Amino acid sequence: MHNENQSLIFEISKEGRVGYSLEALDVPEVDLADLLPANLVRAEAAELPEVSELDIMRHYTALSRRNHGVDSGFYPLGSCTMKYNPKINEAVARISGFANVHPLQDESTVQGAMELLYDLQTSLVEITGMDEVTLQPAAGAHGEWTALMMIRAFHEANGEGHRNKVIVPDSAHGTNPASATVAGFETITVKSDENGLVDIEDLRKVVGADTAALMLTNPNTLGLFEENIIEMAELIHSVGGKVYYDGANLNAVMSKARPGDMGFDCVHLNLHKTFTGPHGGGGPGSGPVGVKADLIPFLPKPVLVRTEEGTYHFDYDRPQSIGRVKPYYGNFGINVRAYTYIRTMGPDGLKAVTEYAVLNANYMMRRLEPFYDLPYNRHCKHEFVLSGRRQKKLGVRTLDIAKRLLDFGYHPPTTYFPLNVEEALMIEPTETESKETLDAFCDVMIQIAKEAEENPSIVQEAPHTTVVSRLDETRAARTPVLRYQKA
Amino acid sequence: MKHRYLPMTEQDKQEMLDVIGVSSVDELFGDIPEKVRFKGLYDIKDAKSESALLKELTALAAKNKDTNANVSFLGAGVYNHYKPIIVDHVISRSEFYTAYTPYQPEISQGELQAIFEFQTMIAELTGMDLANSSMYDGGTALAEAGMLAAGHTRRKKILVSETVHPEYRDVVATYAYGQSIEIVTVPHKDGVTDVEALKEQIDDNTAAVIAQYPNFFGQIEDLQVIGDIAHEAKSLFVVSSNPLSLGVLTPPGKLGADICVGDAQVFGISEAFGGPHCGFFAVTTKLMRKVPGRLVGETVDGEGRRGYVLTLQAREQHIRRDKATSNICSNQALLALAASVAMTALGKQGVREMAMQNIAKTRYAKNAFEAAGFTVAFQGAHFNEIVVKTNKCVKEINKGLIDKGIIGGYPLSQTYDSLKNHVLIAVTELRTKEEIDALVAEMGALNA
Repeated sequence: MHNENQSLIFEISKEGRVGYSLEALDVPEVDLADLLPANLVRAEAAELPEVSELDIMRHYTALSRRNHGVDSGFYPLGSCTMKYNPKINEAVARISGFANVHPLQDESTVQGAMELLYDLQTSLVEITGMDEVTLQPAAGAHGEWTALMMIRAFHEANGEGHRNKVIVPDSAHGTNPASATVAGFETITVKSDENGLVDIEDLRKVVGADTAALMLTNPNTLGLFEENIIEMAELIHSVGGKVYYDGANLNAVMSKARPGDMGFDCVHLNLHKTFTGPHGGGGPGSGPVGVKADLIPFLPKPVLVRTEEGTYHFDYDRPQSIGRVKPYYGNFGINVRAYTYIRTMGPDGLKAVTEYAVLNANYMMRRLEPFYDLPYNRHCKHEFVLSGRRQKKLGVRTLDIAKRLLDFGYHPPTTYFPLNVEEALMIEPTETESKETLDAFCDVMIQIAKEAEENPSIVQEAPHTTVVSRLDETRAARTPVLRYQKA
Repeated sequence: MKHRYLPMTEQDKQEMLDVIGVSSVDELFGDIPEKVRFKGLYDIKDAKSESALLKELTALAAKNKDTNANVSFLGAGVYNHYKPIIVDHVISRSEFYTAYTPYQPEISQGELQAIFEFQTMIAELTGMDLANSSMYDGGTALAEAGMLAAGHTRRKKILVSETVHPEYRDVVATYAYGQSIEIVTVPHKDGVTDVEALKEQIDDNTAAVIAQYPNFFGQIEDLQVIGDIAHEAKSLFVVSSNPLSLGVLTPPGKLGADICVGDAQVFGISEAFGGPHCGFFAVTTKLMRKVPGRLVGETVDGEGRRGYVLTLQAREQHIRRDKATSNICSNQALLALAASVAMTALGKQGVREMAMQNIAKTRYAKNAFEAAGFTVAFQGAHFNEIVVKTNKCVKEINKGLIDKGIIGGYPLSQTYDSLKNHVLIAVTELRTKEEIDALVAEMGALNA
């Protein structure tokens, strides 16, 4: 345990030290004063650190030890699919022919990269049951917005630009309504029913001639499969709207049900979740979008196609396209990792992934059910949501339970989400964890439930073993310190 | 089946099914309506072993001409720079790359502090008051800057200089369409923003003026002049900037920028066929609460120890939903870490020395092309890029160059109608005098 403050890199800087190695200049030096007006020549150097290479390595190694990743321990963060990040993915992404190609090279010199992307697109078409996939969006939220822009363009092309409402269930990820706003739509929220599913009657009330789309996560954020999906899709289609699938939770249904077969018109996937692109501490992600045939004309530019000669080509001649959503072609490096994963698993493997993800979640749910409230008691999919309301009555909040888990070396579940469950604890084990790991975590959860009854303060005051204890978030927001300033 | 990522044994599975109280895994999927149930297996390629797959994908990668095995003069927003080897060692620490967004600060201090340091370094280089934790890339960061400006000023028009990266302009246009914002292009004159045209185009409905520094042609725009015009009309001044150049150029923050965005790919990040790179977003304090994405702030714990947390989250989608300042959630944290390590390695001296080398080598290339009889289209100072006029089609010249192991420049006719047979040549510190001479000689031969 480290009790002292961890130094900032700026605080170990010492004038005159360097951590770089540049070749001596082999062309004549230039004097900026000859080239630029004086006001454009930087007067004061940027205060970057001055440290040696060892200083750098020690600093970041120290920081890494103050960080918990999947490789450090169990990470059952609901809706984030914190599965193992395979090492072959990292190796493949670093092959020079992938890592060191420029996006604007002549197409004839990057056919290998384009072939990989095309094959990935084709695999994702099959996995989602869609007709076409674009790999350009950089993350899930970016994919949501891209798909909504396409839906907007579709309606406008049909002379129905008045469709300005996007319907979102109350259990949806926050990015759904935010993406709708960025795409120029208004959001309408529909309630969940007593089973945790979309309330069809409430949905009926809000659909109409102004409906652009329904955004749905299936299984939803409670980990429950929307059983009425066919009826919902038909309802939206009957009024001329589109049905959007938030693929954040695809890990739950691979090889079991495809968005395209369930009546969805478009889908985004999070390749950094289901398809093991690592999360990187908050990105990079990759958020491909799949669409049915009638949305294909609106795909973002360029569209990667295979020519009759068997070569690959970026097609810019797409008059109805929504345009470009990102420079170049998406987060290629993450797409390479996802492709490597799909090729590592194959058809049998992806099916097994989903089966074990769902088995693991149901097993944990049943082990924990006696000790925590389970608001929706039915088979879950890849995740389940417990309520800490029983513990709250004892003065122990879900936040406290989460912090107590830190003392045992676990990353806590997602907390206080979805919003329609009081004191929510959303647990997603993923398929890559062993039974021993699941059991050990459940044992700790059970212990914490007992502590809440017998010794609540140990939970309320947790964590006890981390490098810092609970941090003052109010102070951080009230008097923001967002950068280091030299004293 | 046995798979190295799937640890459950048959015995485990049976014990778990017993606890759940079902007889098969299939029962757990009983809630999927029969009509939509997928039966069988996906029609995708069969699984391969680790070594066989690595072999196959290595062969696939070898079909690409990479910038290690070839000499690259291609830039146009993505550059072949010195990448300190230590960068990859740091970002390969799996405590960083296998972590999620740092929602639990007590066990995420490493990531949070690294981002805090990134925010500081970007703020230092850009001369802005503060920076966020990263954006997807320079293009989407620029689009978000435009949207911020429109929201802040409650105006519906954005002026974008023609010297801004064409693909960035395309992205801005797509976002603007979603928000019903009009985009007007300000023409260039002699390779820099036409200031007179800007004065005529700007009006009291203009939310922002967007310029690039150095611009797409490698020219150094006089930001002070453009910024003054923007502010006169009470518009925000948005600058897209190459942060390496700011080692020697006066930072946008000192020249009136309200928002400075760009891509930190120049700092230790591979070209990677266009991504992942690392957008950044820096603003004045006035705009702090309108910034998209994550911000890390300093605070203390109960014992008074310094620590870091995600802060000002009331701006964000998971709290504000449809009222959020942006829909961004995942960003480019791992690349922000990479850029931080590279900025740290270069440090105060290195970033200046490297930037100066880029200017000197670009200058050398310009003189060499002119000495060989080529016309360099735009005069003035250049950073990384020069525009060279050719007699022949640039794509054809590039085909000849690749046979000699040279990746040629960007054919400007792709995006500028007026620049047929013009090529954007990028020269970084990695290009040697001999390589530049060879490029000029080969292009001379192919151009004849």
